[in-house]
Amino acid sequence: MIESFKLKNVEFKNRVLVASGTFGYGDEVSDLVDIGKLGGIVTKSLSMKPRDGNPNPRITETASGMLNSIGLANIGVEKFISDKIPVLRKHNTIIIANIAASSIEEYCSVLEMLEPLSGVHGFEINVSCPNVKEGGLSFGTDVKLVGRITKELRRRTQKPLIIKLTPNVTHISEFARVCESEGADAVSVINTLIGMSVNINARKPKIATTTGGLSGPAIKPIALAKVYETRNAVKIPVIGIGGICSWEDAVEFFIVGASMVQIGTANFVNPSTGITVAEGIKQYCQKNDIDDVGKIIGTLQTNKTISIIDSWL
Amino acid sequence: MRQEIVPIHSFECLTNEILELTFTSDYLASVAKPGQFINIRVDNNFPLLRRPFSIFNIDGNKISIVFNVIGTGTRVLAKKRKGDTIDILGPCGNDFLTFANGEYDTAIFVGGGIGVAPFPFLTKHFPSDKKITTYLGARHKELIVTKGLKNVNISTDDGSDGFHGTVLDLVKDDFKKHDYGKTRFFICGPTRMMKAVAEFANNRNSDCYASLETDMACGIGLCQGCNIETNGGTKKYALVCKEGTIFETRTVKLQ
Repeated sequence: MIESFKLKNVEFKNRVLVASGTFGYGDEVSDLVDIGKLGGIVTKSLSMKPRDGNPNPRITETASGMLNSIGLANIGVEKFISDKIPVLRKHNTIIIANIAASSIEEYCSVLEMLEPLSGVHGFEINVSCPNVKEGGLSFGTDVKLVGRITKELRRRTQKPLIIKLTPNVTHISEFARVCESEGADAVSVINTLIGMSVNINARKPKIATTTGGLSGPAIKPIALAKVYETRNAVKIPVIGIGGICSWEDAVEFFIVGASMVQIGTANFVNPSTGITVAEGIKQYCQKNDIDDVGKIIGTLQTNKTISIIDSWL
Repeated sequence: MRQEIVPIHSFECLTNEILELTFTSDYLASVAKPGQFINIRVDNNFPLLRRPFSIFNIDGNKISIVFNVIGTGTRVLAKKRKGDTIDILGPCGNDFLTFANGEYDTAIFVGGGIGVAPFPFLTKHFPSDKKITTYLGARHKELIVTKGLKNVNISTDDGSDGFHGTVLDLVKDDFKKHDYGKTRFFICGPTRMMKAVAEFANNRNSDCYASLETDMACGIGLCQGCNIETNGGTKKYALVCKEGTIFETRTVKLQ
């Protein structure tokens, strides 16, 4: 029974990771969760300087999901290196550093600081950040900028380079294609969807920044469609993210073409979701005489072959 | 801290609006301290997120919380029956006893509405060398719970029980009549009430420890959603779930 997955030169013991910003740096939950059983941890987004993040309220619950606007609050890359990496190394799992930045130069600098460290096995790039030089528009909605970021970072790392794509675009597959052509090893699909919620008595937004990122089970059908679209456009692995709460959810993502999955919002409800999902996937495979989880991937049975892009136009 | 599925032992109506739910957990009963909270998943699928509840009392391995039905989570919880299970995560947050020792004579407990929740458990375990005076304020008498409290003074907005007015007015009125010596305040309730009481306490050079409530997703520091702005210091924000819920009121901006 093969559960592992290899991305570039890194072997994940299983195909279930915990998503950036939903598991801290692992230290908050080490007494609740056997972290060594996870395929890997994607860290909270790291920027060059520490960030305080946004004012409160930062979160609100919505139907089968939640909106958040944390504002990339993080301790900064230097403190991450001095304080968190030594702790993370003890966990016996793969550590993917997620990087957020407000300029291409900052993405490069943060990655260069982490590249030589053996405690960091790979990178996931959060491109859903405001580009300060371009008036705060998100990098992730500009296909040329996503290409440039990928190209610059690829030149600077030998480790797996994953670009985390935003669904707040017309065709996510176009973005995946440019990542592939500029040398990314994988794409994570999807980041949160822009959403909003209103307090009708105060007639005010329920989170301080008015709009925020929608996550949780509410977005799973969208995430599945985006993974399916992406998988049909690129050959590099797609990491499926969006509302996964159970092993059944994860298997759905594998069937539509995800090579790995990440657990996000579900960690807030049950911090050990990643482990129960990984165990459930294993049992599903054993029950169905599947000797390698990889054999489920992209096995969706459909009546007709469709051009993904055409179907979305 | 642990995540456990625990059986509901009993439900009791403390008033026409306030319910006491008791469940059993050997682990939680052995480690939880007054002022800490548990984060409860009230049902398997809906609502999605856990809901934080102060620990109202611990008796043997029986732990109780109190609530009134105000939203989705409490509505679902109120429909539970003896023998049903709930999914709990805890104990979470810091505790009041950390701040209970020191040089003062009287501990002043102020609870607003369902903010009474942490005080019976705190009363039970409070250092015996301190006197305790308790003030409860609520909109009306069905929101007043005195179970497990000492030296209780009551105020209601509508005058249906005790002093007619706000709990701060009650405190001010009572402080004119009694000399409580050097005081330290322990408060829990709506933010506006806590802000007003904290101002009163801090103005008379009393420390004031407030148990805060914000929307939370995880309750254990993962989501970073429950921030409160600090009054200077090294960080702009603190996390209510992990660095609180109890803060000395001069250190945070109550808004």
